[in-house]
Amino acid sequence: MSYAVGLLALAGALLAFGGALGLVRLKTFYERVHPPTMATTLGTALIATAFILHFGTAHALLIGVFMALTTPVTYVLLVGAARRRRRS
Amino acid sequence: MSEAFLHAALIASQVLLGAGMLLCAWRIWRGPAAEDRVLGLDTLYVNAMLLMLTFGLRSSTTLYFEAALVIALLGFVATVALARFLLRGEVIE
Repeated sequence: MSYAVGLLALAGALLAFGGALGLVRLKTFYERVHPPTMATTLGTALIATAFILHFGTAHALLIGVFMALTTPVTYVLLVGAARRRRRS
Repeated sequence: MSEAFLHAALIASQVLLGAGMLLCAWRIWRGPAAEDRVLGLDTLYVNAMLLMLTFGLRSSTTLYFEAALVIALLGFVATVALARFLLRGEVIE
């Protein structure tokens, strides 16, 4: 069981690090919006799964569902604001 | 043996998340436009939340879960407020 917890946490952290690396490496703003979503959806889901497996309670499901719901809302608002600013 | 693997994996994931937070801080510092800074802040708080969860896994207490949930909620509200500020120049109209 603890092998599964360790591997899930490591995979989630790798995804989060990849998202941050893409945020630094990519060239334009519209490209940079993409990589953090990897960390916020799949990375959070993997680490929350590790949390659930380790403690045997389904609390952490709340964080996974919440992040999966709020990330699109945030980025739609942010990209809309960026487009409006570029146009004017 | 499996406990040692879990410990090493959690230390490695904490190092990765910390490095991710440093990269986000670099983007906030340099970011050519204000949108890039808001995006960097958003990614920074997500990484901090995941770091809280791995702290909870390491110390085997569910106390860190509430902290992670509060960070997730406040970070969402903060990013939406900043996006609205970029859009209109004021948060509440």
